[in-house]
Amino acid sequence: MERRRFLKEGLKYGAGIAALWGLGWSFADFSGPGATDPAEKEIIGPFDWSPDEDPPQVAVAQGTDRGAALAAALAALGGMKRFVGPEDRVFIKVNAAFASPPALGATTHPDLVEGLIRECRLAGARKILVSDNPINDPVSCFRLSGIEGAVRKAGAELFVPGPRDFQKASLPEGRLLRSWPMLTKAFAPATKVINVAPVKHHHRAGASMILKNWYGLLGGPRNVFHQDVHTVIGELAALFRPTLAVLDGVTAMVTNGPTGGSLSDLKDTRTLIVSTDPVAADVLGAALLGMDPDRLPYLALAEAAGAGTRNPDRWRLHRVRAA
Amino acid sequence: MKWDRNRNANPHARTDMRIVTVRRISQAFFFVLFLWFCAVTRMGAGVTDIRGWPVNWFLQLDPLTAFATVLTTGTLFAGLLWALVTLSFTVLFGRFFCGWVCPFGALHQAMGWVRHRDLSFKEKIRRNQPSPRHGIKFGLLLVFLGMAAGSLADPGRWSSPTTILQSGVLLAALAWVLVGALPHGNGPSPRASEDPVKTAGLLAACLAAGLVLARFPTARGLLQTGLLDPIPFFQRSLNLVILPVLGLGQPAGTAGTRWTHGAWLLGTLFAAAVFLNWHTPRFYCRYVCPLGALLGLLGRKPLWRFSRIAERCTECLRCEAVCDGACAPSRAPILSACTLCSNCLIHCPEEAVTYTAAREEGKSAAGPDLSRRAAVAAVVGGLAAAPVLGLQGLTHRRFPPLVVRPPGSLPERDFLKRCIKCGQCVRICPTGVIQPALWEAGVEGLWTPVLDFRAGSSGCQWNCTACSRICPTAAIRRLSLEEKQGKGPFEGAGPIRIGLAFVDRNRCLPWALDRPCIVCEENCPVSPKAIRTRDGWATIFEMAQGVSAGGDDRLDLPGFSPPGDAAVPENVYLQWEVDGIGRRDPITDWGDGWIRLDGVTAAALEPGPTGPVRVVRALKRPVVDPVRCVGCGICQHECPVRGVPAIRVSAENETRHPDRRLAL
Repeated sequence: MERRRFLKEGLKYGAGIAALWGLGWSFADFSGPGATDPAEKEIIGPFDWSPDEDPPQVAVAQGTDRGAALAAALAALGGMKRFVGPEDRVFIKVNAAFASPPALGATTHPDLVEGLIRECRLAGARKILVSDNPINDPVSCFRLSGIEGAVRKAGAELFVPGPRDFQKASLPEGRLLRSWPMLTKAFAPATKVINVAPVKHHHRAGASMILKNWYGLLGGPRNVFHQDVHTVIGELAALFRPTLAVLDGVTAMVTNGPTGGSLSDLKDTRTLIVSTDPVAADVLGAALLGMDPDRLPYLALAEAAGAGTRNPDRWRLHRVRAA
Repeated sequence: MKWDRNRNANPHARTDMRIVTVRRISQAFFFVLFLWFCAVTRMGAGVTDIRGWPVNWFLQLDPLTAFATVLTTGTLFAGLLWALVTLSFTVLFGRFFCGWVCPFGALHQAMGWVRHRDLSFKEKIRRNQPSPRHGIKFGLLLVFLGMAAGSLADPGRWSSPTTILQSGVLLAALAWVLVGALPHGNGPSPRASEDPVKTAGLLAACLAAGLVLARFPTARGLLQTGLLDPIPFFQRSLNLVILPVLGLGQPAGTAGTRWTHGAWLLGTLFAAAVFLNWHTPRFYCRYVCPLGALLGLLGRKPLWRFSRIAERCTECLRCEAVCDGACAPSRAPILSACTLCSNCLIHCPEEAVTYTAAREEGKSAAGPDLSRRAAVAAVVGGLAAAPVLGLQGLTHRRFPPLVVRPPGSLPERDFLKRCIKCGQCVRICPTGVIQPALWEAGVEGLWTPVLDFRAGSSGCQWNCTACSRICPTAAIRRLSLEEKQGKGPFEGAGPIRIGLAFVDRNRCLPWALDRPCIVCEENCPVSPKAIRTRDGWATIFEMAQGVSAGGDDRLDLPGFSPPGDAAVPENVYLQWEVDGIGRRDPITDWGDGWIRLDGVTAAALEPGPTGPVRVVRALKRPVVDPVRCVGCGICQHECPVRGVPAIRVSAENETRHPDRRLAL
């Protein structure tokens, strides 16, 4: 009887120990961790939302009212419906870099944001998302720049980036933009992307307009790229190909950029550019700053990467005057 | 099955070896082996060097390290599978490890004996009584496991059927440990068995609390078992204090003189652990040891166990006077406390204690008896501790910039999920540049390895991967020399960088003091060098007007005196204008108020110089290339500015954290 009980007990303990070894062995890791975390997935660019427009369509509207200028420029291009359709999820990439009021021109003007959202809604867009990864505190930036108010008024969604909204992405032929955290939560689901930025002087890059505005989709310690700022802007231009570029030169920040901070940094240049070619928009913007576009090396890099053309002869240019 | 049968057969002449003698031999053997492994943990190819000695074996046998790292990482790194052996024997026999193998336990047992051997019989019994306070160690165990368990809230741990199964089983194991620590109504202070439904509910609440806390993004799970786990504790104390202070088993050469950062704390804690045996024998094992607690829980219902034969027992309490584990053998041995010392077996005159696989109710007790409230508090405390420590942000934006980890160290969060603070990397480092952190890496980083470039005999050696090869838990992952140096298949990835050297131009001799040096450049081990030099001209003397011929082919420079650092001028020139043409002539000799030029005599001075004359020195000034610099700190170690060196490494640009990258 005792022996039988012992055998039974022994079997029980044996089974327990076998289970222990099985479990232990299932966790076994003989080589140890490697250099990178295999769990982290990255997405591969380029991200191309560009319309099939050849030659590129460029509208330049003169005026002081941003809403009217936008409407006139879009009308010259055949209306927003040419670019945004009823099933589209539109991502509007604003420049909200600084927590500063709209009058100082350091950020995308709320009138323009509002106008764009209304145009997209009229074109039937299913969802409209506005976002940026600003330099100053994001909530303060959206609030003080007036963008949050404009988004709410016009009825779109403001996406304030949080620490978990970034994922690594790469430009395959890029040198700098490899496995870099980007604001994928905002742009990856989009079917159309509109880049809307003010014309600003920028000490390091020369000028901050459409192409420089892509910086705001980068996460991580992106300011290390300032060591080679033109290359990274060229790569950004290759990585992100917008549906439309809307460059606000109604006023231009001509000094003390990109933060500005004083009305005396601004100049009335009364021009709004809407373009299917972001490079063309920046070439026109440089002129508003009195700069030679050939002195902005990133424009040449962007052109070489196929992001657009600097040559005005290849644009289809529409000049209009806003009412 | 009864080991005491021999004695029955031959009660008077005990010619055969007694079980206690076998146990003592075992303890002595493992103790000496432990010391030996510790002593040979040094670089070299001799028999008394590391060679092939399995110097991590004790650390690998330790199931607490294994269980806790499985919780934090979901993996069991190579040698830690040894823990399965320990666990298997524990399931069968109970806490044999504590009484027969553990070198720290052997030390405590010996110290306890030294202190208590001459006490009265009554006093011995008094000091060997079980106490509810022995439950403290179970509380500590639960705190540590709670800290580790936060890692299970990571979504990656539930991402596939396999991981779901594994994590589920781990949760069950954790719950089993927790339930095991709860009262079973048969411990030293018997309480009624508690309602299992209530217990299950509390467990679920614990878990939910843990999951809520783990939503906090910065810290999911921490490994802190190494603080009190006896094997890392003893290993660390030997590695960092005892061997260095005795000068025993040290590496040859200058590295043999070792410094230990925070030695006072390590030494004090070791002394405290040892001398607490003055209060109670095996104080550490009974009150503190989380490993003992884990083994006690696992071995609380072993196949073979000590039990008391009530009919024979006269309650003379001789067993309790010699009981190592304070497990009350005169009543019913508490199996979670019993260290299998077997003293009771030997000392019982009635042979009323037996070691048997037979089961007779009430003959032995499982214990322990932590109150449910205490157990839940411990687990929740542990779960909460990790995110609260994480709030400091030390693994994120607020990283401590001077915490330079050894090459191959995992990103800080993963590093802290593995490092058991054993000090093996510190010990094996051929230069002693690796030091145990005190508070530099946060409290959670206590005794983790950091590089201190003033402590070693050199910086981190370019052709060495010793720390990465020895780390028992892969907190420092295994590196090949090729990977470390970014050669061969690792060419594209580049070398492993642990930091970046910055030249402090306010302290650097050629930059700030106009003196030649470039010791840093000379010692930079990478090829091409990460430290280059930039030519500069330093004016060391200036005169507004002219220079006149002196005797002996000298030129007179009133007021000039050579800088104290060079008897003979080297790379020193006179910069002047002759005939309206600027020229720089090498100075070949100098003294107070005069210089001599190479090939220029007084006669050549007609019509004489115009304008200011300067004595200038050509200097090579160091500049660091952030792409090539690996942060080894040899430059910092060699810098002649000894106090606050003029070139210093900080953790910027280290490869383990891409977000701290500086070079493009």
